[in-house]
Amino acid sequence: MTAPKEIVDAVLEGRNQAVARMLTFVERRSDGVDDALAVLHRAAGSAHVLGLTGPPGSGKSTLVSALARHYRSQGRTVGVLAVDPSSVFSGGAILGDRIRMSDHGDDAGVFIRSVATRGALGGLSRACLDAITVLDAAGTDVVILETVGVGQAEVDVISAAQTVAVVSVPGMGDDVQAIKAGLLEVADVHVVNKADRDGASRTVAELREMLRLSHRTAGQWNVPIHQTVAANGDGVADLAAVFAAHLDWMTEHGERERRARRNAATRIRWVAEELVLDELRPGVAAFDHALDEVTAHRTDPLSAARQLVGR
Amino acid sequence: MDTREEPIRVMLAKIGLDGHDRGVKVVARTLRDAGMEVIYTGLHRSPEQVLDAAVQEDVDVLGVSLLSGAHMPIFTRIFQLIDEMPERPRFAIIAGGVMPDEDVDALTAMGVSAVLGQDTAPDTIVERIRDVSAPVREA
Ligand SMILES: Nc1nc2c(ncn2[C@@H]2O[C@H](COP(=O)(O)OP(=O)(O)O)[C@@H](O)[C@H]2O)c(=O)[nH]1
Ligand SMILES: [Mg+2]
Repeated sequence: MTAPKEIVDAVLEGRNQAVARMLTFVERRSDGVDDALAVLHRAAGSAHVLGLTGPPGSGKSTLVSALARHYRSQGRTVGVLAVDPSSVFSGGAILGDRIRMSDHGDDAGVFIRSVATRGALGGLSRACLDAITVLDAAGTDVVILETVGVGQAEVDVISAAQTVAVVSVPGMGDDVQAIKAGLLEVADVHVVNKADRDGASRTVAELREMLRLSHRTAGQWNVPIHQTVAANGDGVADLAAVFAAHLDWMTEHGERERRARRNAATRIRWVAEELVLDELRPGVAAFDHALDEVTAHRTDPLSAARQLVGR
Repeated sequence: MDTREEPIRVMLAKIGLDGHDRGVKVVARTLRDAGMEVIYTGLHRSPEQVLDAAVQEDVDVLGVSLLSGAHMPIFTRIFQLIDEMPERPRFAIIAGGVMPDEDVDALTAMGVSAVLGQDTAPDTIVERIRDVSAPVREA
């Protein structure tokens, strides 16, 4: 078995085969992947990370494909992480996004990876954030995350993006209202896709009303509502311009730094929690001893915990 | 570390003119229900597109389904492209569809790990994919 550290250099050179392998190591939390990520994290930080979320069928994958085409026409490289739910019953999954994205099939400047929610061993959010690090370190200019905006894990993932677009479509009724409401806080841009269909302007009006009620404070980014027809590319170049404007705005207003720090805080906490909890389980001698002492009332839980974590 | 078995990742591809994918979609569901992660490429892909996608997705098994009768030139092209790659991809390749015995031998000689005829039972497909993926996943 190839060790993660053997391919770090090839990942840094942006070689697709190595990047693909590293993403598998990240997803499986293979031995040695932490050391590889330590190197990769130091090389990352220059990609623009976009998050696209919204209900199934709203055209996210089609939009990702159209955006990728646009960025490629500007000579920029694109990495896509498309997250799809796994079957609760078998743990298997059919990852459909390749169909919508296959027209980039033989362009080495577009790297597409399908991620099943259960493939990440329950640690979807962390695996996805590490996957972003891999693509970023490989020199990818634009990383696009596609998720179905439902569970907390997906919301965590999408929060790692610098620019989050929430995609809706005309005439999908109350479900979409609920999804939009749930994702309102994370949206930097609202996209009404399938604008070729009836009712697009009504959806725009509804969103505008919802945003108006959400009490923006002065000095905040003014969340735009943007219409696209992903299927034929209409509005896609403008949408990319909106994403770029958002990144510029964040940089100017210190928001980019704030988000990066928030993201760093989340990641440090996740890992720290894991490091600590890994020592706090039956079978670890010190923990078993603490269990004995607390059960026999010779010490108390807080004192035992303090001693175990060294504070 | 979780001890759960990692799902086998399979790409199912349709290459060339053959416009039928009802069968391949049924196979996709069968494999999913057997706990595998399946990535379907859609119809009318080129060998180049399929190989690139399989590398990026880092699959264990690439299954190419062909009903058009063009399997010999297409697989010849696939292995020619693989020879040109800087590094041999790790996935096993299987062929699905209708083909005469002598072609099965020729495909095997080229490097195809298994040939599954059109009437292969779902359980057998699952079993064969598990078989061919085992050595790949250890490597
Ligand atoms: N009419 C119309 N259909 C679209 C548009 N964008 C995507 N679609 C179609 O909507 C369906 C779902 O698209 P997909 O990208 O897979 O959605 P996802 O589930 O959100 O990733 C596909 O059949 C697309 O062809 C659009 O702008 N207009
Ligand atoms: Mg999709």
